Amino acid sequence: MARKLLLEHIQVPDIHTFDVYRKHGGYRAVEKALKGMSSDDVVEEVKKSGLRGRGGAGFPTGMKWSFLAKPEGKARYLVCNADESEPGTFKDRYLMTYLPHLLIEGMIVSSFALGANLSYIYVRGEMMPQIRILEKAIAEAKNAGFLGKNILGSGYNLELCVQPGGGAYICGEETALIESLEGKRGLPRIKPPFPAISGLWNCPTVVNNVESIAAVVPIINDGGDEYAKRGNGRSTGTKLISASGNLVKPGVYEIELGLPVEEFIYSDEYCGGIANGKKLKAVVAGGSSVPILPANLILKNTNGENRLMSYESLSEGGFQTGTMLGSGGFIAFDEDACIVRNTWNYARFYHHESCGQCSPCREGTGWMEKVLHRIEYGHGQMSDIDLLVDVAKKIEGNTICPLGDAAAWPVASAIRHFRDEFEWHVKHPKEAMERNYGLGDYANPLLKKAEN
Amino acid sequence: MSEKARVTIDGITVEVEPGISILNAARQIGGDLVPPAMCYYSKLEGSGGKCRTCLVKVSKGSEKDPRPMPKLVASCRTTVMDGMEVENMTSPEVIEARKGIVELLLINHPLDCPICDQAGECDLQNLGYEHGAAGTRYEFERRTFDKIDIGDKIQLHMTRCILCYRCVFTADQLTNNRVHGILGRGDASEISTYIENVITNDFSGNVIDVCPVGALTDKTFRFKNRVWFTKPVDAHRDCPTCKGKVALWYKGEEVLRVTGRKDQYGEVEDFICNACRFDHKKTSDWVIEGPRHIENTSVISSNHYDTMKPLPVIQQNKALMEANKVEFERTKKI
Repeated sequence: MARKLLLEHIQVPDIHTFDVYRKHGGYRAVEKALKGMSSDDVVEEVKKSGLRGRGGAGFPTGMKWSFLAKPEGKARYLVCNADESEPGTFKDRYLMTYLPHLLIEGMIVSSFALGANLSYIYVRGEMMPQIRILEKAIAEAKNAGFLGKNILGSGYNLELCVQPGGGAYICGEETALIESLEGKRGLPRIKPPFPAISGLWNCPTVVNNVESIAAVVPIINDGGDEYAKRGNGRSTGTKLISASGNLVKPGVYEIELGLPVEEFIYSDEYCGGIANGKKLKAVVAGGSSVPILPANLILKNTNGENRLMSYESLSEGGFQTGTMLGSGGFIAFDEDACIVRNTWNYARFYHHESCGQCSPCREGTGWMEKVLHRIEYGHGQMSDIDLLVDVAKKIEGNTICPLGDAAAWPVASAIRHFRDEFEWHVKHPKEAMERNYGLGDYANPLLKKAEN
Repeated sequence: MSEKARVTIDGITVEVEPGISILNAARQIGGDLVPPAMCYYSKLEGSGGKCRTCLVKVSKGSEKDPRPMPKLVASCRTTVMDGMEVENMTSPEVIEARKGIVELLLINHPLDCPICDQAGECDLQNLGYEHGAAGTRYEFERRTFDKIDIGDKIQLHMTRCILCYRCVFTADQLTNNRVHGILGRGDASEISTYIENVITNDFSGNVIDVCPVGALTDKTFRFKNRVWFTKPVDAHRDCPTCKGKVALWYKGEEVLRVTGRKDQYGEVEDFICNACRFDHKKTSDWVIEGPRHIENTSVISSNHYDTMKPLPVIQQNKALMEANKVEFERTKKI
């Protein structure tokens, strides 16, 4: 790809220290924004860039910022959501480990744009090394005069706090994160009111993902229009993808949105193909909560066009034949992977992470996990498959926060696309314990194309 | 603000104060179109939104913005807008979703109604009867907890709890020191006091009244009698700590228990203190006002459940007749 925006200097030794980062053009965005731009100018640039939230939902960041209420006499807060805990997603951890100053630079510019004088970085509790790295980086930045009172003589004050969470997946939901930050149980709030009106300490609050905030830096450096030229259609810019699973080269890659999925999996620049010369069976394209797709549907959509790594292309076909870009947790499964076991594993995760506040998610996630466990261990019945679909449908959309949807989608989509494999598990329980279903016809070209 | 908001619920239009919830607007109309509520309690601020039984479909957002809402919404926590159109019993989608919620609420409930003191005035029993399916598809072991005594007057039977959080809000808003709360997460969460602490507050007994199920029960009444065999009488006394307006539940000459006065939605009019509830169980302590009026739809007065009186819109619409089939069949049996 052309020039990287976020990971441009990732290979430079000691880029995590202030001096090296500064030498490579770091904190230019802070200087540019604080010295020559008003806060509205910054918001306008971000709007022009078309940057969409990198945490999963893909809501335009500039739009989110412009919704922030600005009542007189009330503080405003920016909270960075670094509670990254979706199975398969590890891009924020990577960014914070190797480029902590990029996040801090983005935090300063974003806080300036929103008029926040105290901003938080809420980091998942398990990421203790990253918390130390960030705290050290904040001290360095403060020492150099980029944080604290009267930054660069502009009269703008900003304090940054790193807050470790308790390691709960639910605290990645923005209102639960705010509750947790206030020192309460991490339970999602009932919306409305939205955080933009009443968030942290009942003050207007914006919660953004680590990568969204980091992306503000190249937007300010190069200008929003320049950023919008990258990418594809309404999916502008670059995105970090954390690739895992049966790949030759798993890891974090910065891609330009609009890259064909096939190229991402098979080219040597990125994942380098499926490990051990096996065949691709299925892909979870954006972290465990998005629908899983078989190989034939992830490479090409039902119209026979190549699927691209972009918000629109991945979701083409809705939930029937599409999926979502989500948080960029790209998981590839080869022909030896068992989809039933994988689905059970996801259901187990969501059962464990459900906060227990609202009844469909609290009871339903546990139920789905138990039924999937039964199928995986050879005690399933044919009726279980339809039961799972029905329970998933009863959870989806009926809960307070999107965790219910996130728990229901992987189960519903696995059954939608891999029903043969589920039925095989029920019909041949003994065989299913001894070997995997194999590739089936999941990699074969779609039948519909032949009819046309 | 004097401007009223016009809301249409199941085809019936009502003018309500702006800013109130859809559920409260429906309660102003009354009848079958009131969504059931397990966790919402109008006297407790911040309650609601958790049980999801009151889900309704908003088919028209408001006069200004007529788009329908994309998902079903919790009517207890969604405020009305002028010109809003809401579908409750007239939406097969809502009936289906609610049936699912009831099933999910019941999969870990012990269904020990025959030995439960709450039977007869249990919100979950009513809900299951009116909106649930006859059987369950859940074939696994149910979640159980040990019974614990929180104080000498209240027993907590966590197995029956549906985690509505009402008792937590009660302790927060009525007393100055909450000692119980939710421990744990997900389906392992439980109401409890930390290290079996004892609840000793003048108003702690109200958690019994707000509990929609039999999770928090009055130890002075446990296993004394079935609710529907006792006779409720309104009474009052000059109480220094509360208003002293209560309902006495008689069996013969004996006062078996004292509770707050509950309305048709199971909400008390006034919270009462522990002295009234537990320590004054003699007729001579009270000034009797007369028999308590119990809705004739209640099991307590009629010994069976009320028959459904479907709205005319439902009777004319085949799809809705189909969606409400279970209810109609049940009605025929009675």
